[in-house]
Amino acid sequence: MNGKVAFKRPDSLTAKEFTYCPGCLHGVAHRLVAEVLDELKLTGQTIMVAPVGCSVFAYEFFDVDGTVAPHGRATAVATGIKRSLPDRVVFTYQGDGDLAAIGTAETIHTANRGEKITTIFINNAIYGMTGGQMAPTSLVGMKTTTSPYGRNADSEGYPIHVCELLQNLNGVAYLERVSLLTPKDIIAAKKGIKKAFTAQARGLGYSLIEIVSTCPTNWGLSPVESLEWAKQKMLPEFPLKVFIDKVGDVK
Amino acid sequence: MADKTLLKGTEAMAEAALRAGCQVYFGYPITPQSELIEYMAKRMPEIGRTFLQAESEVAAVNMIYGAACTGTRVMTSTSSPGFSLMMEGVSYIAGAVLPAVFINVVRGGPGLGDIQPAQSDYFQGTKGGGHGDYRLIVLSPATIQEAVNMMFDAFDLADRYLNPVLIIADGLLGQMMEPVELPDFLMPDRMPNHDSWALRGKGTRKKHSVTSFDLDPLKLEEMNLANFEKYRKIQQKEVRYEEYLMDDAEVAFVAYGTMGRILKTTIRMAREAGIKAGMIRPITLWPFPEKPIQEAAKKVKMVMSVEMSMGQMVEDVRLAVSGKVPTPFYGRTGGVVPTPTEVFEALKREWEAIV
Ligand SMILES: Cc1ncc(C[n+]2csc(CCOP(=O)(O)OP(=O)(O)O)c2C)c(N)n1
Ligand code: SF4
Repeated sequence: MNGKVAFKRPDSLTAKEFTYCPGCLHGVAHRLVAEVLDELKLTGQTIMVAPVGCSVFAYEFFDVDGTVAPHGRATAVATGIKRSLPDRVVFTYQGDGDLAAIGTAETIHTANRGEKITTIFINNAIYGMTGGQMAPTSLVGMKTTTSPYGRNADSEGYPIHVCELLQNLNGVAYLERVSLLTPKDIIAAKKGIKKAFTAQARGLGYSLIEIVSTCPTNWGLSPVESLEWAKQKMLPEFPLKVFIDKVGDVK
Repeated sequence: MADKTLLKGTEAMAEAALRAGCQVYFGYPITPQSELIEYMAKRMPEIGRTFLQAESEVAAVNMIYGAACTGTRVMTSTSSPGFSLMMEGVSYIAGAVLPAVFINVVRGGPGLGDIQPAQSDYFQGTKGGGHGDYRLIVLSPATIQEAVNMMFDAFDLADRYLNPVLIIADGLLGQMMEPVELPDFLMPDRMPNHDSWALRGKGTRKKHSVTSFDLDPLKLEEMNLANFEKYRKIQQKEVRYEEYLMDDAEVAFVAYGTMGRILKTTIRMAREAGIKAGMIRPITLWPFPEKPIQEAAKKVKMVMSVEMSMGQMVEDVRLAVSGKVPTPFYGRTGGVVPTPTEVFEALKREWEAIV
């Protein structure tokens, strides 16, 4: 064999098989983060904080030092790590329940302190791990197991827009909402993730990438249908945008 | 060793923690321990250590968890409601087998309670507080000098056993001023390195993971059993207590912390009145000094517990005594500190009832 390797597992991922449902985009998000760590040569100095949620085993999938935070507290745990070892790269990987419901205070204050960490935020508008309950990002009218008649704005309020909330905080160095719904989106998402880690590596402040994602299992849709649903319903509510960019051009 | 310095309890504990090698501190203000966090805020940057005021005790305890994952000496201090908020994180730290030091300057409760000294968080500290099968090593000082020395002990125990250590103090000790001898700064080479498990970036080695969970119950049971094997060793090796005038005692008081200190006056009064009283003062609340209490119960006519609570430690005393002799209790609650005289009056009543 004298062929060139065209495609392989990123070094920053372990050989462990993902535990995610078929068609779930967590796997794609993992791969993008791993590719970025590889390309920026950060693997050996990175410590990750997995959340409680479907990605609780993320620390097993990434070939980096890692831990699991209590539900919602990933950025506080990451703060503790980063303040102890300021020259390491630290990232959290969190769902919408984790980051925008139980962990809202930690999210806002970590961002506001300009903590030099990176957060990968998976917004799938639902609680995946616990079986499809309403998330703070669930759409108005969306049926979940705890909003069986559809999310009613009168009593349950509105989907929370994390990036729009954080964009007014001075500690944030890079903030973008991306999606993984088409190949083009995936390429753009990777660029955003790279910028987010670059912001950290350069010590510019907090960086967060919100990824508009899917949950075929709890949405009750096929993987393909769920991509379509996300395009139709999620994107109008959560428009893709660079909110803050203090990094500038990155190769 | 330096000369004696006149220091407030909270400040003495803070300075001692730094000399014992505490590198990082996270906390949230609450009376009556705010001087401790303020001292850290001022002092830590001066000596190149890291201080951060968290947005809540929930955040603080999780920052502690993160710092502990890196094997860095880390601590926090709080008071009762704040320690309640930390319980989930403490349980994670115990489950993940991590070293960290906590100080709870206990105040009157429940609820918002008040800001006066109390001992009503004994159950919370020694019996769990958070969820799951775990133990904290719990220490309680009666003087400021003891508190200072205890900071070194606390970090050493946390690092040796990879377990959270809790120091239970109270506002009286925190606010009081006493001349103390401060030990020198610990040299970095005296500090444990934790290279075999700490999260510091894998570099060229295999990656490390730190977690407090396993979804397979048999494996989680194994993890818990390993922790309990460790706890058994701690129970064998680390019990600390003070015996005070126990040689000829007919009545053994059991009291800890500030209450143990106050009882020394009561004991003098009792002895002047012809009641030979002595005291066993637990310094480790967990592991609890069962054996000395059991031994005492063979010799004395009564084992009397006194607490600044409605009676929490007394349950451990009664377990140790196992009905061998009467085990009366006296306590005040809500932040009221019993005076030596009122405890003496209580002692006389109990004594007269049995002789
Ligand atoms: C303190 C606490 N409360 C509740 C839970 C239960 N719980 C586990 S995961 C989860 C929600 C996860 O949803 P999300 O963060 O959106 O992540 P996803 O599973 O969708 O990836 C909940 C409520 C918990 N583990 N701890
Ligand atoms: S439950 Fe949803 S989010 Fe979780 S792995 Fe399955 S598809 Fe993905």
